[in-house]
Amino acid sequence: MLETRDLARFFDVSRPLIQRVLAGEGKRMLRAVDGVSFAIPKGKTLSLVGESGCGKSTVARLVVGLYGPTRGEVIFDGQDLAQARSNAAQRRRMQMIFQDPYASLNPRWRVREIISEPIRAFGLLSDRGQIEARVGQLLTQVGLSPLDGQKYPHEFSGGQRQRISIARALSSNPEFLVCDEPTSALDVSVQAQILNLMKDLQRELGLTYLFISHNLAVVRQVSDRVGVMYLGRLVENAPAETLFTTPRHPYTRALMEAIPDLDMTGRQRIPVGGEVPSPISPPSGCPFHPRCPLANDRCKAERPELMPARGTAETQVACHAVEEGRDGGPQLEPAAMAAG
Amino acid sequence: MNAVARFFDSDLWWSFTRNPITVISAIVAAICIGGAVLAPWIAPHNPFDLASLQLLDAFKPPAWSPEGDPNYLLGTDDQGRDVLSAIMYGARVSLLVGFLAVVMSVVLGVSAGLAAGYLGGTVDAVLMRIADIKLTFPTILIALLIDGVTRAALPRDVHDQIALYVVIFAIGFSNWPSFARTVRGSTMVERNKEYVQAARVIGLGRGRIMVTHVLPNVLGPVLVIATLQLGFAILAEATLSFLGVGVPPTQPSLGTLIRIGNDFLFSGEWWITIFPGIALIVLVLSVNLLGDWLRDALNPKLR
Amino acid sequence: MSNTQPLLEVRNLRVEFPTRRGTLVALDDVSFEIQPGEVLGVVGESGAGKSMTGAAIIGLLEPPGRIAGGQILLNGRRIDNLPYKEMRTVRGREIGAIFQDPLTTLNPLYTVGRQLVETMTTHLPIGPGEARKKAIEWLELVGIPAAAQRIDSYPHEFSGGMRQRVVIALALCAEPKLIVADEPTTALDVSIQAQVIALLKTLAREKGTSMMLVTHDMGVIAETADRVAVMYAGRIAEIGAVRQVVKHPSHPYTIGLMGSIPPITHRLERMQQIEGSMPRLSAIPRGCAYNPRCPQVFARCREERPELTPAGETRASCWLYDAESEQQVLRAGAHA
Repeated sequence: MLETRDLARFFDVSRPLIQRVLAGEGKRMLRAVDGVSFAIPKGKTLSLVGESGCGKSTVARLVVGLYGPTRGEVIFDGQDLAQARSNAAQRRRMQMIFQDPYASLNPRWRVREIISEPIRAFGLLSDRGQIEARVGQLLTQVGLSPLDGQKYPHEFSGGQRQRISIARALSSNPEFLVCDEPTSALDVSVQAQILNLMKDLQRELGLTYLFISHNLAVVRQVSDRVGVMYLGRLVENAPAETLFTTPRHPYTRALMEAIPDLDMTGRQRIPVGGEVPSPISPPSGCPFHPRCPLANDRCKAERPELMPARGTAETQVACHAVEEGRDGGPQLEPAAMAAG
Repeated sequence: MNAVARFFDSDLWWSFTRNPITVISAIVAAICIGGAVLAPWIAPHNPFDLASLQLLDAFKPPAWSPEGDPNYLLGTDDQGRDVLSAIMYGARVSLLVGFLAVVMSVVLGVSAGLAAGYLGGTVDAVLMRIADIKLTFPTILIALLIDGVTRAALPRDVHDQIALYVVIFAIGFSNWPSFARTVRGSTMVERNKEYVQAARVIGLGRGRIMVTHVLPNVLGPVLVIATLQLGFAILAEATLSFLGVGVPPTQPSLGTLIRIGNDFLFSGEWWITIFPGIALIVLVLSVNLLGDWLRDALNPKLR
Repeated sequence: MSNTQPLLEVRNLRVEFPTRRGTLVALDDVSFEIQPGEVLGVVGESGAGKSMTGAAIIGLLEPPGRIAGGQILLNGRRIDNLPYKEMRTVRGREIGAIFQDPLTTLNPLYTVGRQLVETMTTHLPIGPGEARKKAIEWLELVGIPAAAQRIDSYPHEFSGGMRQRVVIALALCAEPKLIVADEPTTALDVSIQAQVIALLKTLAREKGTSMMLVTHDMGVIAETADRVAVMYAGRIAEIGAVRQVVKHPSHPYTIGLMGSIPPITHRLERMQQIEGSMPRLSAIPRGCAYNPRCPQVFARCREERPELTPAGETRASCWLYDAESEQQVLRAGAHA
């Protein structure tokens, strides 16, 4: 359904020209996304996880065309993205759900105007009565009442607003949805509602999802495949079950290790040290090497490419240690084992 | 709930009723504006009806002084014109100029700010540099310049006919940057909000997004500045008229009245200039106080 | 535990917000205590009143909010009615505060060293020279590399995680007895979060400081706290030892809350969810605030408000655990 090839996006964060000349420095580029390739089959969910600044949200915006790529390409159902987006009939097939339910709805519009905007923009229905009926049906589909269409966004709670956001995205009958942290601004009990709703909709409508999140536990619940991002690159891409039971990249393992233990096994966690480096001046070689327990000279000098991991079928890892077998091979994640 | 009921239930109305100074300014402003707008119907005399002017009644002091005439509450000027009526007619001109000048600044400034903030890049740089350059010239200077050019370029009778519009243009043109800057700032915030991105994902055009999504959400501060600028525009017009380059003497504004009266100040006929002056102060002050309140009431941080 | 005097005691605390549409009750009948050296977690969803509880204790309620009833006692002394000036001394010397956003605590115009030194010289009987030496020690203790050099840096020169470490040093340097930490790790990345939690835990244990840890993240509580209070709509729904609350919750809300946390260990076909959302303060239902969402609701819940009562190993405010209502529950069960 969707494929990216060597996708990259740099942002110019240089200071204004005059200051730059005076300080004698060159242009500064923030490499938000630097060579990301993945594919999402129809009806499946690929999740991208990573910490803030890893470029996962930029990928989401590249995929729906809010940003143009600096390098590489996005292919939507066999077509180049720019081509697909210039055609309304193709554009209609992709939609996006955003993180902040307080900013994603125009506060001055009524809910029914918000939800019907894509219908009107794509000219899917023209009759007022038909539009009204469709909005009511969409509201019911996301668990709200058709009467809610009369209200303004501020009359709803965060979870309800996210439902409105989903209804708007569904109104153009899309096949592919990009979900940028759709639950991270919500409370945990509401998060479960929204995740269940999204799973139901995927089943009923055969939707394909690109799911962006920093929460590994949420990602485990919704994904078929998971890509782990670090400093603008994919460091591991694996089927969800495999990733959570046998994570291979040292960074993936560190992320798992960092999750507080709710089962209270009393297991002592060893948090990974250091911080995420700036994407303006990423470290040489493997970007994770300053924090990696397995780093050696090769890791400092040479950037690892994503390649099939030894010993774990279908997993791709960008790590010299895994390639050379220095990581001790596939190991079961202790947290995953606890559940059996 | 209909719109009227919603307004009286809103936080804005509530904050209004809680604020005695604001209520008083609103009443005062309403009296001033009402008196000005309705002048032809409620003014005791028509100062422009030459037939009704009695030269014998010239230089009458206010009604409460010993030589006062109860017919002329605030006295009369050198030609026997009723000062109160002249003020009401003058305020009409002042308000007209102020209001139209502000409308012009709003249209110019909001368009420029919206375009600069939403489109960014070169459009932004060019528009904002123009605004910066504009800001380095004082309003009065620009108005004098525009007035001078039109005066030199046009025959006298033509100039007199359009003098009112020249003043409106001069003041309106000099005030747009403050609207442009505010709208640009708010637009840049709104542009990055997710509801605008959602509209972009659908593929709506930039113009449509600017007008339907961004514009309604940046108008709050515009209303505040417009109210404050109304007071400023009235003052600017009064200054120009006082300097003799404003509205033509056939349509005297408050500023013109003050200038005319100024000549008699030292010969003892103080009322001819003082009363228009007080009217100007009261009008501008009440409008500005309303603007201040509006700014506070619409600012979520101060609520 | 009840033999020793608690360090902090909150009794029937009530916080109100007068608004034009009437008075909103943001906290109602909140009671708990914190023993010396204990970490009490306060958990709840947004709007539950957990941050408000912390703000009331440190005397920083945002106006027009005010304490309308109840008492807050620190070492047996009432601190809820102290004048502003006195409260400021208490806040620095006896209670330290850590907020979600480190930038609200740090003054951007002063170096971190100056802020540490000022805090110490104000509250401790030491001079500036000694204070500076201690400031460097503190920065080392919270894990700032090259502390002796970084002490003269400004807050903006630190990364988010490092800044939060500086805030921790600032909160601890006057050696307070109690720390109120409001979502101290929420703004941080997962890997940094783990570092900061570990640091807070170690320091609190080493210094014997009590801590009130306010967060929405049950995982953080499970790792850090000794006891936990679960808040809902301005009231305490359940309170007890963290292990009991996490593993064997009694209140239907806690059960629902725990159930809706997505597990990292396995994939669920469908997650447990609590229907609806927390009521707004202006529309808290009669009786038990949770009754419209509760799967085990019965008649009494809609009428009367439950108090905290022993429920299994914890204490919960729920009529299910009241002897009188057992009959009703049985009847309701028979109907169903």
